[in-house]
Order: sequence, then C-alpha cells, then structure tokens
Amino acid sequence: MANQQSSSGNPSVDTEYRRKKNAEEMRYQIVSFTLMIFLTIVSFVAVGYEGFSGWFTVPFIILLAVIQVIFQLYYFMHMSHKGHEAPSLFLYSGVLVGAVTILAFSTIIWW
Amino acid sequence: MSTYAQKKGFGATLWDYLTTVDHKKIAILYLIAGGFFFLLGGLEALFIRIQLAVPNNDFVSAGFYNEILTMHGTTMIFLAAMPLVFAFMNAVMPLQIGARDVAFPFLNSLGFWLFFFGGVFLNLSWFLGGAPDAGWTSYASLSLTSTTHGIDFYALGLQISGMGTLIGGINFLVTIINMRAPGMTYMRMPMFTWATFVTSALILFAFPPLTVGLFLLIFDRMFGSNFFNVANGGNTIIWEHLFWIFGHPEVYILILPAFGIFSEIFAIFSRKRLFGYSSMVFATILIGFLGFMVWAHHMFTTGLGPIANAIFAVATMAIAVPTGIKIFNWLFTMWGGSIKFSTPMLWAVAFIPSFVAGGVTGVMLATAAADYQYHDTYFVVAHFHYVIVGGVVFALFAGAHLYWPKMFGTMLNETLGKITFWLFLIGFHLTFFIQHFLGLMGMPRRIFTFLPGQGLETGNLVSSIGAALMGVAVLVLLVNVVTTTVKNEKVGNDPWGDGRTLEWAIASPPPFYNFKQLPLVRGLDAYWLEKMEGKKGMTPAEPIGDIHMPNNSFIPFVLVLGLFIAAFGTMYHAETSWGLPVLILGMAVTLGAMFVRSIKDDHGFHIHKEDLIDDDKDKGVKA
Repeated sequence: MANQQSSSGNPSVDTEYRRKKNAEEMRYQIVSFTLMIFLTIVSFVAVGYEGFSGWFTVPFIILLAVIQVIFQLYYFMHMSHKGHEAPSLFLYSGVLVGAVTILAFSTIIWW
Repeated sequence: MSTYAQKKGFGATLWDYLTTVDHKKIAILYLIAGGFFFLLGGLEALFIRIQLAVPNNDFVSAGFYNEILTMHGTTMIFLAAMPLVFAFMNAVMPLQIGARDVAFPFLNSLGFWLFFFGGVFLNLSWFLGGAPDAGWTSYASLSLTSTTHGIDFYALGLQISGMGTLIGGINFLVTIINMRAPGMTYMRMPMFTWATFVTSALILFAFPPLTVGLFLLIFDRMFGSNFFNVANGGNTIIWEHLFWIFGHPEVYILILPAFGIFSEIFAIFSRKRLFGYSSMVFATILIGFLGFMVWAHHMFTTGLGPIANAIFAVATMAIAVPTGIKIFNWLFTMWGGSIKFSTPMLWAVAFIPSFVAGGVTGVMLATAAADYQYHDTYFVVAHFHYVIVGGVVFALFAGAHLYWPKMFGTMLNETLGKITFWLFLIGFHLTFFIQHFLGLMGMPRRIFTFLPGQGLETGNLVSSIGAALMGVAVLVLLVNVVTTTVKNEKVGNDPWGDGRTLEWAIASPPPFYNFKQLPLVRGLDAYWLEKMEGKKGMTPAEPIGDIHMPNNSFIPFVLVLGLFIAAFGTMYHAETSWGLPVLILGMAVTLGAMFVRSIKDDHGFHIHKEDLIDDDKDKGVKA
C-alpha cells in the first residue's frame, strides 16, 4: 500500500519524494475537510431557510451527503491510492445494484 | 502435531466435525447436509408426481399438496442446490488457487452451521403444525393470509440460512482476492475458481434484498407491521420485487458454479486446454452483471406496463448471448480433443443439449407478450426444471463423481455411475419434456389435481414414470457411495490421469494444511503445464517453513444454536407466555458466543517444519 512509508529500512525509499508526497496529501485532506465542513453548514442553512420547500431541500442535502461520502472515501480512506481496485469495484457494483433497485421501485411501484 | 494421524473413535470424529474450521471438512459437512436435504426434496417431488399421476387423485389433500410443493421448491433451492454448490467450492476452490485454507476459517464454519440450523428449523415445520404453503416465492398476498406457522418457519429459517450463505460468499471473495499462490494471476485462475468468484459477488449483492424482504415479512406476520398489507396502506408488490431482485441472481448463483464444474470436466476429459478461456471469463462476468437487470421478467403479468416489460424482456434475451458464447466454447473444447467418456464427461455432454433446451424456452418466456400465455402453466415448470436440473443437478452429479477422489480419497464406481447417469437422463427428459406440452395445453402450475377427459392424463402419467426413474437413479448413486466407502480403495493425487489444475497436484484427500510449500504457478492449467514438461509435481515457491494454522472452535455451533432458539421465541412470542423469554435467552446465547469470540485471543498453532519433513515418510498412508 502506498501509505506505508518512512519507518521502513528499505534504502531505496526516496525520503525526499515521500515527504513531498505526504505534504501534498496533507493539503488535499485539509482542503477536503474544509469543503466538508462548508457543505455541512450549507445543508444546515438550506434546512433552516424558510424560502426553500421540502422538494428542493431534501434532494439538495442528499446530493451534498453523496459528495461528502465521496470525499470521505477518496481522501480519508485512501481509495485514491493504488491497491484499492477490488474494494472500489465492489463498492461501485453495490452502488449500481442499489441504484437500479431504487430506480425500479420509484418508477414501477410508487409512480 | 502427530496426533491427527491416529485412528479416532466415533465420538472424537463427531467432535472434530462439530468444531472443524478446515475447508475440506466443512465441504464434507456441506455435502452430507446438502445431500440429505436433496433426498428430502426428491421425496417431496415424488409425492407431487404420485399425486398427479392420475386424474382426480386423492393421495394427498389439497392443503398438504401446497405444503409439499412449497417445501420441494424451497428445499431444493436453498437447502440442497446451494449447499451442494458450496460443498464443491469449499473443497476445490482453495486448492485450485494454491491456498492453505479460506481467508476466514472461523466464518466458514459459522456459515455452515447457520445454513444447517436454518434448514433444520424450516423442516421442523412438518412436525409443528404444518409446513409453509405459499410456494417457494411466498408472495405476500398469499403468505400473509396463511393461518399456520408454516410461513413463519419459512421466513425465520431462510433468514438464518441466508446469513450463512452471505458469510460464505464474502469469505470466498476475500480468499480469491488475497490468497492466490505466487504466479496465480486473475487470468490464470481455473474456470471453477472464476465461477466461484463471480457467484460470490452475486451472493454479496443478491442476498441483502432477500434479507430485507424476509425481515419485512417477519415484521408483518409476527410483529404487527403492514408493509405488504394492502388494506392498511402497504403494497404486496414490494415483496415480489424484493424477492425477485434476490431470486433472479439466485438462479445464476446456482448455474455459474455448474458452468465452472463443466468447464473443468470438458478440459480434463478432452485432454485439451479450455477453448476461449478469456471469453469464458468475460461471459461469466457478463452473465453475473446482466443477472441483476432482469428480475422483473418473473412479474410480466403483474401489470408493470409495456415500457418496463419491454426493457426487462430485451435485457433477458441479452443473457442468451454470453451463455451462447459458453456453449460454443465447450463444443470447441471437445472438437479435436482426445475425449474420454468417463461418468463426469457423460453428464457434461448430456448437459449441453438439455441446458440449451431450457435456455431456448427461457427466451420464449422472455417475450413479454407471449409470456401472458405461458405464465403460471406447466410450460414454466418445464423451463426451469430444464435449466436447474439439466444444468445445476447434472453439474452436481458430475462434480460428485469428479471430485469424490479429491474429497474422500476413493473413486466412485464407474459402472454404477454410468447406470445412474442413463437412468437419470432418461427419467429427467421423460418427466419434464412432456410438461412443455401439458403447459401449452393449459395445465396450470401448482394445482393439486386435474380432471379426466381434458387430454392431460397421458402426459402426467409419463411425467410421473420419469420421476420414478430419477428416484431409482439416485438410489443407485447411494449404493455406489456406500460400496465405495466400504471398499475404501485409496487412490493417488491425480486419479483421472489428466488433471490440469492445482488440486490434482496434491494427495487425495489433501493433508490438512493442503500445500507443504506453496506452489509456483507458471500459467493457466498449472499442473498440466508441469506434467507436459516432464515434472512430477509443482515447483515450490517458498522453502519449507512453519505453517500457521487456525484452532478448531465450538463457538460457531453455539452461536447459531442461540439464533435457532431465538427463532422459536420469535415465532411463538405473540401467543404464548414463554415466547419472549425464549427469544431473549436465544439472543443471549448468541451474543455471549460473540462476546467470548471477541475477548478470547486465539492465535492458532504452528506446524513446525521438522514435522512437515517427517510427514514425507508416511506419505500415502495418512494424509
């Protein structure tokens, strides 16, 4: 895995490169963390604001939630790194099956 | 660790199997339990055919017929075909990828006991007030009005055994992803391993909808909710969708391992590499994917509307394409091969026309407009028996003969095997071919009797005679199993002489640690490759070293026993005073077992390499 480094005794580890990589990663994490806080505030505001109807608010905050999940998976749970092909394959397959189910239920049964 | 080589008494053997976490022993447990339920389901099938042999028969009453019919379907799918498929996956897949066990041996054992207790619970309904009687699909409009506890047994029993299947599926996935031997890339995996992989993925995605559906049914029947109760604002169609979102992938969960077994057989007994290996892999994945897009074809007549019907009809027909790819690949594997018609090969060759017949009627049924005619007739019964018996059951018989030496170290008798094959093949076509025409003449499914003078007598009688032949065939197989076990003539590691994959490179049955040294895999059909270069065995990929093994555990049994007890409490809690305490007691046992498992460190043990080297001396005597 790409996130195991520094303490290894392997002489071929390029510490300079690793340090740069870590700094870069840290920056991404802070950026996405800030964005997530921001999105959470936005959704609270959307719910609190009188002018929006429920037909706007509910899909809107669900959309924000999905974005947050993606941030969480990619920047905090390292799905952007190498070696996560199998988990992402199964995650996306599961999302696909779930989406087809919801689509079918909302179009065939409840519409 | 030399104690394992000693002869053990009955009690010790029983305890060994109750606590085992070894994938090979769990495979044997699955085989025995699945085989038992297969006989039970077969007996129910014979009762159905006796009842329908002549018009106006009163062998069983209408209500009892409903119970037999429901239990035949439920038993055969959930308690016979699934565990038998799991038996072969457990026995063979870890050997094929060169692993010492599955990724989570404890969970493997837990999965088996969940399945077993679920099955026992379901069948106890016969003695406790009546079996489920709403068909294996248990449509909510019927199942909510059923007055006995039968449906409760169905929902709770399948919930328990379904958990076991889900656990097993996840276990196989992790095993195949993480535990392949050095050199075993994805595209060097044997076809049966690929089938196991895709099947396990299907299990992972298909069983949660069933779990949800069964929970809603349990809540509706036992806890006063109204998910499916139309009178109180529920919707009965939700059950049908949830059931078939699970139910359609379920039939691919059964047939893909069957395809895998046949792929192995065609290659072994044609003494040729499997034709079009990569297209076979592609077709398997595509079938798995499309399997999730077609469930509503079971519901064409519920009024989905023309658009939904058209979409699902086209998606269903599309599945014929990857299946066709597979059929042609098998034919081309045999083409020009040096074919040996052993018992497994006979089943494999007979499978092709039988399964294609079932596939063709499948495309007919997929035509939504025509399905309004076929729906709920014996035509449908004929179709799904052609694919499930002609595909899955043939594969199970073939696999039993093929892998018997690997599982038990003895060869099933070939002559008796061929007698079984011919009796079963003839019986099968006698029983089900004519049911197409009975269906087209208008005989509905699930009726308990029919009137004389409507042209249905001959067809039904022929069908019943065929069923009797299949029964005799199974009896011959049982005789074969018993005589083979009594004779106990041990065979070597490659008894068919043409084994291609890793499982044939080690002793039959393999030692409990499987591979002393993990093998180096240099290509597809790894063992065949080495044999063709004049080598006797695999090149090891590692020096001999200590092997880390898991300890046996009795916890899975206790954990599941708790759920089994809790299920009784759940069922009777509304009408008896002891129901709720029993429910709590059962859950306490389960949670206690989980607690013990969590806090007790169990690091397993090591087989030291000195013992491994000693083992060479008595090789062949005791594995």
